[in-house]
Amino acid sequence: MKCFSRYLPYLFRPPSTILSSTCHTEADIISTVEFNSTGELLATGDKGGRVVVFQREQESKSQPHRRGEYNVYSTFQSHEPEFDYLKSLEIEEKINKIKWLPQQNAAYFLLSTNDKTVKLWKISERDKRPEGYNLKDEDGRIRDPSTITSLRVPVLQPMDLMVEATARRIFSNAHTYHINSISVNSDLQTFISTDDLRVNLWNLEITDRSFNIVDIKPANMEELTEVITSAEFHPQQCHTFAYSSSKGSIRLCDMRLAALCDKHCKYFEEPEDPATRSFFSEIISSISDVKFSHNGRYLMTRDYLTVKVWDLQMENKPVETYQVHDYLRGKLCSLYENDCIFDKFECVWNGSDSVIMTGSYNNFFRMFDRNTKRDVTLEASRENSKPRAILKPRKVCVGGKRRKDEISVDSLDFSKKILHTTWHPHENIIAVAATNNLYIFQDKVN
Amino acid sequence: MFPKGTKRKFSDPVEEPASSGDQGPAAPPAAARTLSSSYSLQRQSLLDMSLIKLQLCHMLVEPNLCRSVLIANTVRQIQEEMTQDGTWQIMTQALAAAQCPADRLVATEVLCRQTETGAQPGQSPKPFPVVGLEEGYHSEEVVMEGEVETEVTMSPQLSTNSYLAGPFGMGPCWDEEDDDGDCEEEEEEEEDSEECMSEGDDADRDHLSADSRTGDQVFGTFEIKHPAPPPDPALEELFSDVDPSYYDLDTVLTGMQSTPKMGPYDLLESLSSHTPTALSSSSSCRSDLNELDHIMEIIVGS
Repeated sequence: MKCFSRYLPYLFRPPSTILSSTCHTEADIISTVEFNSTGELLATGDKGGRVVVFQREQESKSQPHRRGEYNVYSTFQSHEPEFDYLKSLEIEEKINKIKWLPQQNAAYFLLSTNDKTVKLWKISERDKRPEGYNLKDEDGRIRDPSTITSLRVPVLQPMDLMVEATARRIFSNAHTYHINSISVNSDLQTFISTDDLRVNLWNLEITDRSFNIVDIKPANMEELTEVITSAEFHPQQCHTFAYSSSKGSIRLCDMRLAALCDKHCKYFEEPEDPATRSFFSEIISSISDVKFSHNGRYLMTRDYLTVKVWDLQMENKPVETYQVHDYLRGKLCSLYENDCIFDKFECVWNGSDSVIMTGSYNNFFRMFDRNTKRDVTLEASRENSKPRAILKPRKVCVGGKRRKDEISVDSLDFSKKILHTTWHPHENIIAVAATNNLYIFQDKVN
Repeated sequence: MFPKGTKRKFSDPVEEPASSGDQGPAAPPAAARTLSSSYSLQRQSLLDMSLIKLQLCHMLVEPNLCRSVLIANTVRQIQEEMTQDGTWQIMTQALAAAQCPADRLVATEVLCRQTETGAQPGQSPKPFPVVGLEEGYHSEEVVMEGEVETEVTMSPQLSTNSYLAGPFGMGPCWDEEDDDGDCEEEEEEEEDSEECMSEGDDADRDHLSADSRTGDQVFGTFEIKHPAPPPDPALEELFSDVDPSYYDLDTVLTGMQSTPKMGPYDLLESLSSHTPTALSSSSSCRSDLNELDHIMEIIVGS
């Protein structure tokens, strides 16, 4: 487990935050993080509807120790708060998910979504501007045509680099319920947006039409007992997608079979262990995140206490189950009381699908090596991470004697939760969002 | 984050579950009244907590459907188990028996009131905004004036979504998460073996003074579905603080008529839960209690 023990912490805070991390504004709470497909860019969305994009510095030979740090590249307001006059309710501007499109030209494209509207943003650089117009002068004022005596061809002159973000498409009015996920298809032409009861398929070019491909809304809402919690396209098969439910099941659907994918192709569910049954069994089985592996052979799901890896060929049980924080099992009633039991943790694969990572409380996050079966708990905190210091593994003691460096379950801070994490597609670089702080950790160079 | 410092008469089954799991002893056989009291206490507490969570939805933003569905499923689960045990029937019957018609008149008067929006008592309540309905929404303008009996009538088109709005107008009063000051106060009513008494402020109790007992009985069901059997005094004591309409899951889930079913006092009085979140006594609640006093005086004619 060499790679886990050698991480360089690098601390970032969104530039708009002027308060210390102990008293931050609500709007600065990071609500999503995502690397792009090359790992060059890292996007974060926050509760205030802003997107901040970081870009990795080019590695320079003169400063080899500054190995590709991330700097702010662009900041823009993606979503604004809205008001639904029909229902007399606010629509939050919080960015629920960001997904990058693979780069096809000089500009970068990403999809960002709040509860109701998905937007396609183009982020482009401008480092030249034309000078020498005939009809207007340098300030932009129109010249009096009678004063023009000669013609010239405008010339492109270099200028300071400017990064601008423009909303190219707005996909709205397709969701009655709150959007919880978006996923770009491998065909790079379509994407899905998912709310509690429906999955809609869009073409990236067309904003006024969307196809409903999954609808689990019962005719009588009183009979509603299950909602969709997340959905994702298969990384290679453009006709396959999976969606997870609040009852702990995952359905794999093939869009070629029918226009409305109500019948699943595969249904993944682990039978409940009667020994651990309680009133909270259903709640803790609710899946908060589902992710295909990069190779497309496995699915990973996160429920409240565990991460599970499923083989797409085996539906009746997961092939691997990892306990994230089993010591919370005895605290479920209190966690229900303070609503923590409804926290939606995400999970990520590393680039080679050999390691999986997910967050926990007290700013802890966990990594599991699927090959060696070893795991580690690390902490994202300012006190414990000086730049270039190696992260120390943490341990929660569950009872009995507490060792010196251990922390007891009752001392855990449940307001410090790591819900959002992302892993660089090729390298061992991870980004972890701890409330309003973003931590980027890198594997140490030997 | 755990509600520490809350005093308990018993060893707290909520905080200190059995090592085997959070539910305490395994579910007892259906026929048994031999449920361990700690298990049924825990279950009752969980039920109360869940119902509060369902009702306390934020006014401004659409509530989280996933969370609401999970809580509703938990409530259903508890209700099913209690029905199997026979506890559910006992509870609703005992409460039915405790009601008397004259009190219901007051109940409707009080329940008309929207605590935070300042509507005058007796006015026809405004329909609440309801979320996410596509079928159409019939606003349930239940006129309370002069009605002896209010029925819990649901428009057939009201969908479950409306419960998610849960707009009782009680929101801000009960949203304070970290107020456990009031919960420290234990009720002294010893006859209550099941610790059903809520941990309201002692000051609130004083406001109600001698009427506290009558006050408890006032906020009862709208319509009693079961014929009242001769009341069992022991059971009556046990459940005297519990409002049966509060436990009518169908009512809760299938959406609310536009008026709040329960005023803040109901939560104060009827909870057996130890939830700190629900029991903050803000000044608006206090003034409402003063108004209640006033109404009680009029009704009782004292």
